[in-house]
Amino acid sequence: MNNQFELPGSYKKWTWGLIGVGVLALLYGFIMLHPFEHAAHGGGNHGSTRFWAVLLQNSVYWLLVVNASMFFICVTTMAMGGWQVALRRVPEAISSVVPYLGIITFLVLMAIIWGDRTDIYHWLDNEAVKHDPILNGKSGFLNPKFYTIWSAIAILMWWLLGKKMRSMSLETDNGGTMDYETGKKWIWKNTVWASLYAVFFGLSVASTIPWLWLMSIDAHWYSTMYSWYTFASTFVSGMSLVALFVIFLKNRGQLEYVTEEHLHDVGKFMFAFSVFWTYLWFSQYMLIWYSNQPEETKYFIERIGTAGKPGPYKGLFFLNLILNFLCPLLILMKRGIKRNWTMVTVMAVLIIFGHWIDFYQMVMPGTMKEHAEMMPFEFGIAALFIGIIMWGVGRYLTSHPLTAKNHPFLKESIIHHT
Amino acid sequence: MAGGIKKFVVGSFDDEAVLFPAVKNVRKAGYKIHDVYTPFPVHGLDHAMGLRETSLHTAGFIYAITGTTTALSFMSWVFTKDWPLNIGGKPHFALPAWIPITFELTVLFSAVGMVLTFCYLCQLSPFVKKHHFHARATDDLFVMAIECTDKTNDAEVQTFLEKAGAKEINIQHAETGWWIGRYDREQKLYREEKGY
Repeated sequence: MNNQFELPGSYKKWTWGLIGVGVLALLYGFIMLHPFEHAAHGGGNHGSTRFWAVLLQNSVYWLLVVNASMFFICVTTMAMGGWQVALRRVPEAISSVVPYLGIITFLVLMAIIWGDRTDIYHWLDNEAVKHDPILNGKSGFLNPKFYTIWSAIAILMWWLLGKKMRSMSLETDNGGTMDYETGKKWIWKNTVWASLYAVFFGLSVASTIPWLWLMSIDAHWYSTMYSWYTFASTFVSGMSLVALFVIFLKNRGQLEYVTEEHLHDVGKFMFAFSVFWTYLWFSQYMLIWYSNQPEETKYFIERIGTAGKPGPYKGLFFLNLILNFLCPLLILMKRGIKRNWTMVTVMAVLIIFGHWIDFYQMVMPGTMKEHAEMMPFEFGIAALFIGIIMWGVGRYLTSHPLTAKNHPFLKESIIHHT
Repeated sequence: MAGGIKKFVVGSFDDEAVLFPAVKNVRKAGYKIHDVYTPFPVHGLDHAMGLRETSLHTAGFIYAITGTTTALSFMSWVFTKDWPLNIGGKPHFALPAWIPITFELTVLFSAVGMVLTFCYLCQLSPFVKKHHFHARATDDLFVMAIECTDKTNDAEVQTFLEKAGAKEINIQHAETGWWIGRYDREQKLYREEKGY
């Protein structure tokens, strides 16, 4: 189409600024929080726990968020969707960050596992597991070896399958417009790879990975809703991230075929999956509240406390519900809002922040107990990850055409009408 | 019979692609389109005809919050004032347990309310009859009815429709509102067939 997109100076400034802030926060953590000292059992060195808990929260959250955009590409491909083709390069660009964040996440997880951080994962403590029938029963799944191997496989598969999807899309730029037969074959090949990705996504993000990475922090507790709830959280944030980059590019005069019709559909995803997230959040909460089993209610008591004694996370817990349910429900419900570039930007930022809070309250109560903090360090690490995402996405956007001009469904996307 | 009898020039088209420019040109020429009847929903026709956006969804939202309020107020009255029961040691004001029912009533009120409102707006109901401009509007013809006002010259409209690509053109005097009863008791309906 038109000339290759070049990043504006302000984007680069923000990217390196955020990474700079993040690196400072990381340095602060290394120097002040003593990450390699061990937390004594039952108190003592909260600093080192805080360092690893914050890194765990941010790396897992941002990795799953960028990975969600590849899931979006794959499900729309499998559904023979046409409307998203005009903006398809944006989720592709976001998913190209998976390898970088994947490696970072893997390093963090390995440091926790092989650094024997029993303050993060209680099940790493062999002595405790031996005398604990519940943890002992789970040790076939919750053990360092399985954790390492399965995490490595998961990250590698997201990386490779995502790379395959991206390279199939980029290949089309070199040829001309496809004729009917070639187009049909290309769509079929795409669908097969998308299905493989989706199946593996089901086995990882929608089930085992959240069990291993996050749910095992509260190792005695379990919930069958947990993985879906995590998935919904990251998918809705992923769609918000796609919306932000689409709006950014549109503001720079790129993505000529994207109109408010496409924005409307992205907005619908943000709305629908906010409600879906709430559905899972509430189902998990209500079943535990209703059956009132001590081993299950423990999870919520750690967060909101009991009637007489409010827990330290009560405010965040309900803020979570307001940011991620009430705001999207009431604001994004209106058609005019989903078609308004400014309002979608505001809502996207709100949703991404809201789910970051959600992950915060998933990780902190089990690791930091009542000592969690939300200080510049926490936000600095988040800035580091946002900066890396901006850097990776910017790299992809400047090195490839922004419209998949030979995609067989491009016309369908251009005339798309909601 | 709310609308009263009016005179219409009715043009029938057999192609969507011809219909769209015809609608556009008829509006540009300043004629008053009464309605366009199609065998299936035609995407974008409402915009071409210049119809305003429907307010049905606003009605739906109002029905929905009515449902929410009904469910929450009824349950809280029953379980805290009228007939408090100890259920599994839960508090009387057991909000989480009420959410599913609140949700169901919200959906029920908005769904039923919107269906009824839709039927009302389209004047659809058992036993209610409306004039049909062309029987084949439910089969394969796109039927455009142009209302004749004092200033309309029917002959001119007919020529106009013919040029726009209409396959059949006639003039009808028809009831615009609805009535309850039978089609054969309808007003004396006559057509001026034109033999196109």
